[in-house]
Amino acid sequence: MSGAILFRDARIVCPAAGERRGDLLVVDGAIAPGETPADAHVIDCRGRILAPAIVDLGVGAIDRAACRAGGIVRVAPLPDQSPPLDEPGAVQRLALIGRPDLWIHPIAAATRGNAGADLAEMAVCLSAGARAVGTGRHWIADSGVMHRVLSYARDLDVVVMSHAEDAGLTGGAVATAGETATRLGLPAAPALAEALAVTRDLMLAEETGARLHLRQVTTAAAFALVRAAKARGVRVTCGITPAHLLLSDIAMSDFRTFAHLSPPLRDEGDRRAALAALADGTIDVLCSGHDPRGPEEKRLPFADSSVGAAGAATLLALGLGLVRDGIVTLERLFALLATAPARLLGLEAGTLAAGMPADLVLVDADAPWRIDADALPGIAGNTPFDGLPVQGRVAGLWKAGRAVG
Amino acid sequence: MPPSDHRPGTLIEGGAVFPHRHLTGIEGLEPHEITFLLDEAERWVDAAPGGPEKRLAGLTQINAFFENSTRTLLSFEIAGKRLGADVVNMHAAQSSVKKGETLIDTAMTLNAMRADVIVIRHMSSGAVRLIADKVDCPVLNAGDGRHEHPTQALLDALTIRRRLGGVANRRVVICGDLLHSRVARSNILALTALAAEVRVCAPSTLMPPAIERFGVTPFTDFDAAMEGADVVMMLRLQTERMAGGYVPSVREYHLRYGLTLDRLERRAPGALVMHPGPMNRGVEIDSAVADHVERSAITEQVAMGVAVRMACLDVLTRRRRGVEGWA
Repeated sequence: MSGAILFRDARIVCPAAGERRGDLLVVDGAIAPGETPADAHVIDCRGRILAPAIVDLGVGAIDRAACRAGGIVRVAPLPDQSPPLDEPGAVQRLALIGRPDLWIHPIAAATRGNAGADLAEMAVCLSAGARAVGTGRHWIADSGVMHRVLSYARDLDVVVMSHAEDAGLTGGAVATAGETATRLGLPAAPALAEALAVTRDLMLAEETGARLHLRQVTTAAAFALVRAAKARGVRVTCGITPAHLLLSDIAMSDFRTFAHLSPPLRDEGDRRAALAALADGTIDVLCSGHDPRGPEEKRLPFADSSVGAAGAATLLALGLGLVRDGIVTLERLFALLATAPARLLGLEAGTLAAGMPADLVLVDADAPWRIDADALPGIAGNTPFDGLPVQGRVAGLWKAGRAVG
Repeated sequence: MPPSDHRPGTLIEGGAVFPHRHLTGIEGLEPHEITFLLDEAERWVDAAPGGPEKRLAGLTQINAFFENSTRTLLSFEIAGKRLGADVVNMHAAQSSVKKGETLIDTAMTLNAMRADVIVIRHMSSGAVRLIADKVDCPVLNAGDGRHEHPTQALLDALTIRRRLGGVANRRVVICGDLLHSRVARSNILALTALAAEVRVCAPSTLMPPAIERFGVTPFTDFDAAMEGADVVMMLRLQTERMAGGYVPSVREYHLRYGLTLDRLERRAPGALVMHPGPMNRGVEIDSAVADHVERSAITEQVAMGVAVRMACLDVLTRRRRGVEGWA
């Protein structure tokens, strides 16, 4: 028994090597070049898409069922978990509990208790299995602290994931200032809260030489800043979730708490700017932002409800919609979903190059289905896309050559 | 996305003239529906005290107030009692009723008690709609957060209509803390629907974003806004917002936005003065204006409040009472 699997007749999509129709050989859990052993187990892909499985950067909760349905084999949980990921025990425990099907790469807290004041034990947490450090769902308001976080992280050559919203402007706000927020009578903050925070973090990253990843960038002004910073050679990357690409603040109408997100949904102009930034390469990572919240947290008046949306199970289908709409190519989609997040986390994964672990997703790209909040796999179905018809289902998922089921 | 069944404008129940199950806001009401409610209210304005028909006799009206209120609660209570309803008041102080599931639980409890109409005030925008979703009887919004306060807008429109002979084309200035005001939102929606020319006036720190999208003209200069006004409606500025958070001080606010008799005489000599109450005398409005016999309609607003609430209670319970044409 060679432990070999031959994926026959697949539409192989590799962000590094391009797209080709053919076979892919996996031996001992890794992608292998060369001859197919006679006893290889053959999986007939019948022309369906075979691509790197998704690496989901920055999730709020570990949700196996949602990840399995969504084609995700690796997740990087945010540091503001309970308990916070600021000590090695918590990091190590999390790093191990998912295997073998779901590999968890924790993002350690940048500051102790995620409080935004004292530096957390970054190196200790990295040695315990963390792959990045981050500010979680909140901005570090104190610029002096953020300066030290970035300087210190630079020494460790670890990426710092920042949530960029100026807390002075967003304090108490649950929406972006605009017609919808005014109509609903919701406390709102101007969209430029993001650009203000991005400006500061970019300047500090440039000054310190640190690697900065802006977890979610959602406004035209901030995309312009990131674009310019990249052109200057600042080591910055940024991400987004499908919600900010496909929905505007109108989705909050009727006080729909499933559309209560952080950062809040923006206006149509910013949404279009996000699509443009995705198309021109300014955005590096497409992530789910998966943050399942049950009815006890969502069936509340809008401002009292928790922020966050379930996204893991819908990420791939919504991403394939972006391909159909001509915003990105299929190869670029998987670069956004797998290659770039893997690189940020320093993982040997995210492409189909020889020697890579066989983290694979087989996709039935045309299979139609309707997103149903009540039937979504996972901890909770709080999706702002409830009722949306989509195309694309996971037909098979493998972690290091082992079928995830 | 599935349509939500409590959305104003959705044909669910009620008569053809007012096809709404609840009154959660002015948004979603057609101009003729607003006019219908005002016409219905007219009948109760001059009804002899003690004499009106007890249309709601045998029905239970629950006033569930999650936020402190004196005048609105009293007004709804009197309106219900004048119509013969059994009125029960539930004071749920903010401290005792926690947010969250408790709100839904409370709604379920009220529902289980088989109220025939529920009047709700809550400190969170959207809370009334959330409850309306969960109960079987009509729900009346008595103010939710900074979202809407529809009966206040109706009583203001009725006051204007009776004093000025109509609302259309009248120039109405709404001045004060628009940002936090549900009264302002509902009034803007109602008055623009009735084709009034609405001007809003506040310092930029208290002006809601994108307010011009509501068909109103924003001003920061009160004198300019008042030019040629038919109605000047002043909003209450809460004391905690006067200490530097949104305006520097009471006296500075009074200097720029206080309605003094002098200012009124200079800028809008014929204008009707309104205030939803309770007033901060000497802050947004001077006593000489508030108590002005010809100019102030403030006590009349209170009287119209009872009539409007009677009309709303009557109309919303017609289907329940099996009134012909409302089943």
